[in-house]
Amino acid sequence: MTDKKKIVVAMSGGVDSSVALGVLNEEGYDCTGISMQLWDYAAKEESREDTLAGTGATGGSCCSLEDIAVARSVADALGLPFYVLNMEAPFEREVVEYFVESYLDGNTPNPCIKCNEVLKFDVLLKKALGLGADALATGHYARIEKCGDRYRLLKGIDEEKDQSYFLFTMTQFQLAHIRFPLGSMTKAETREAARRLGLKNSEKEESQEICFIEESGYGEFIKERTGRNIKGGDIVDPEGVVIGAHTGFYNFTIGQRKGLGLSDGPYYVTKVDATENRVTVSKEEGLYSRALIATGINWIDSEAEKAALSAKGLGGIRVKIRYRHSGAEAVARLEESGRLIVDFREAQRAVAEGQAIVLYRGEEVLGGGWITKAIAQD
Amino acid sequence: MDKIYFDHNATTPVLDEVFDAMLPYLKEEWGNPSSIHWAGRVPKKAVEDAREKVAAFLGCSPVEIIFTSSGTESDNLGIKGLAYAKKKKGNHIITTKVEHPAVLKTCKYLEKEGFEVTYLNVDEEGMIDLGDLKESIRPETILITVMYANNETGVIFPVEEIGRIAKEHKITFHTDAVQAAGKIPIDTSSLDVDLLTISGHKLYAPKGVGALFVRRGTRLVPVIHGGHHERNRRGGTENVAGIVGLGTACEIATRDMEKERAHLEKITKRLENGIIERVPDIHINGGGSPRLMNTSNISFEFIEGESILLGLDMHQIAASSGSACTSGSLEPTHVLLAMGKTAELSHGSIRFSLGRTNTVDEVDLLIDVLPPIVERMRSMSPLYAGSNEPVVFKR
Repeated sequence: MTDKKKIVVAMSGGVDSSVALGVLNEEGYDCTGISMQLWDYAAKEESREDTLAGTGATGGSCCSLEDIAVARSVADALGLPFYVLNMEAPFEREVVEYFVESYLDGNTPNPCIKCNEVLKFDVLLKKALGLGADALATGHYARIEKCGDRYRLLKGIDEEKDQSYFLFTMTQFQLAHIRFPLGSMTKAETREAARRLGLKNSEKEESQEICFIEESGYGEFIKERTGRNIKGGDIVDPEGVVIGAHTGFYNFTIGQRKGLGLSDGPYYVTKVDATENRVTVSKEEGLYSRALIATGINWIDSEAEKAALSAKGLGGIRVKIRYRHSGAEAVARLEESGRLIVDFREAQRAVAEGQAIVLYRGEEVLGGGWITKAIAQD
Repeated sequence: MDKIYFDHNATTPVLDEVFDAMLPYLKEEWGNPSSIHWAGRVPKKAVEDAREKVAAFLGCSPVEIIFTSSGTESDNLGIKGLAYAKKKKGNHIITTKVEHPAVLKTCKYLEKEGFEVTYLNVDEEGMIDLGDLKESIRPETILITVMYANNETGVIFPVEEIGRIAKEHKITFHTDAVQAAGKIPIDTSSLDVDLLTISGHKLYAPKGVGALFVRRGTRLVPVIHGGHHERNRRGGTENVAGIVGLGTACEIATRDMEKERAHLEKITKRLENGIIERVPDIHINGGGSPRLMNTSNISFEFIEGESILLGLDMHQIAASSGSACTSGSLEPTHVLLAMGKTAELSHGSIRFSLGRTNTVDEVDLLIDVLPPIVERMRSMSPLYAGSNEPVVFKR
């Protein structure tokens, strides 16, 4: 074996992770590509009694068998070893089940963060280290910086592409053993590098969709998986007056405007009540929250945690309430119970229970958690 | 680093002698064996010579050999062909839970076609119970299909007794002998078997050729329809070079079997004992049953076989685990699950399958390389009590 640092690169078949492999290889690391096989539509099809295998259902936008074939060809072209690890079981148990349950609870899940937390940064990282690798690399746009004996998680240089929001669950151990080679690159630079490296997927479209959801949408997916015939119910206004009917509460998320079928709108979904099978809507102004409660908090910066526990709370921060959110000024207070209360300086639109919040100071991720309650504007 | 190959149950290299015998049929003797003119004469003879060699290897008559494209096709032809031919007599088939997918999925398909299939259990040593078999027999049972030896564990099934039971009840008996062929003697003249599958690339012939022994008098409906090839039982112009390769490989297997068996038995035992001595918390799967002398299937507690395979591959050592699927990733093995092993242990299994070119030195290298790999992976496993992992992963 060689003395070169050994890095396993998690590959999805997309441009970003392919470039991650390419640049680390150029930098002289001993690289191995690994793809996780997470969800095989062909196999799922086959198990359905009444359908034929592989009837064109390719649905997923990442980690499908076609994408794995692309990842393999990228590694082959660079002359690097490549493996596929079957992680369908933990993926189904930890990500898909969570996704379905979250919707059935009337929440808005974020399966990509779960997948990072449970699969990439835990199962896959351990496998990579078990294989003798020094680190695992992914194609995320974020940076890790060593500061004394601690690691800091920072936004990617390319503000537009920054993916640090999806990474708030990372532990110090993970930060010490993960590399994000694209963190200091812009998307344009990545595309340029892809061309330079001769990657044939350099012009591939970005995947934005949830990888295991087919074109028919998540409502159909949930219906099919649970086999439950969830009936339609009432659409009510903030006062509880029935103003319409819906086709199943899981078809709705906070802030949704389309598909309500109400006249004299626009109306927006403000609450999805799974137990009562009721969807509450309001006009634009009812969509704002002045505060929220989050749990399951992971602190990357322990000083921030201390500040949040203090009477004054943690100020001077911006809080993102979804990926495409610019971040809002807020004060965060941590209770002994572990609940985090976030008070916004200005009320925020469409705070969705089940989504992640991430706390930033400048470009640094201090920590994050999961929204359990939105507190409406008075 | 020299490459080491311990995956002969997956496929074998083509022997030089086999390759040399095939070569003329890829070059100058390109004729169609069905042609009556000069160009077909030599290829036709080559196919029939090969048929004689395969027949001699299996102890049958050349007319009882049908050439196919693979073990999978032979299984399909034997099982579907027989089921459709006998469907007026009955619709019940008996097989086991540990068959190769070529048999299992064919049976599953026949279930959709209105046949009923009994899947026999195996015990924790991977062995079937003949009492179960007898009890499963019904008046409408038309076929018993039980493999000769299991591809994953190497466990050898009692095909003699199964054949006798089948014959007693006038039931056709098919066996998938893909893994047994070339490793242990197979003699259809002393076995009550009606249909028997072999595959070229498991016995040092190339991929793309297989054969099915069909005992005289056994009716089969073709699965591949076409010309009059293979006595109307399998359409398609013969893969002459492949068939010649299979014939030559069978001839060599007959010639060398005793010598090779002794060699393989010695080095496989050395490998298994070496691992038992140096790695704690392992299980030899099927260790309590008669096994092929080249196969050792070992479960390593607390870790996944897949990871060990990757670790070994990084040392240029090839082994296997479960069965490879389309993406080249691994499925949990149905064979070990059927043996009552937990999902964890099934996932933690590795199959070493040795072949004629493996040496004592290669085995010794593996025994040196493997323990630290297993140790390192166990240290990363949350399941392992001895784990010295300093950080508790957060959930």
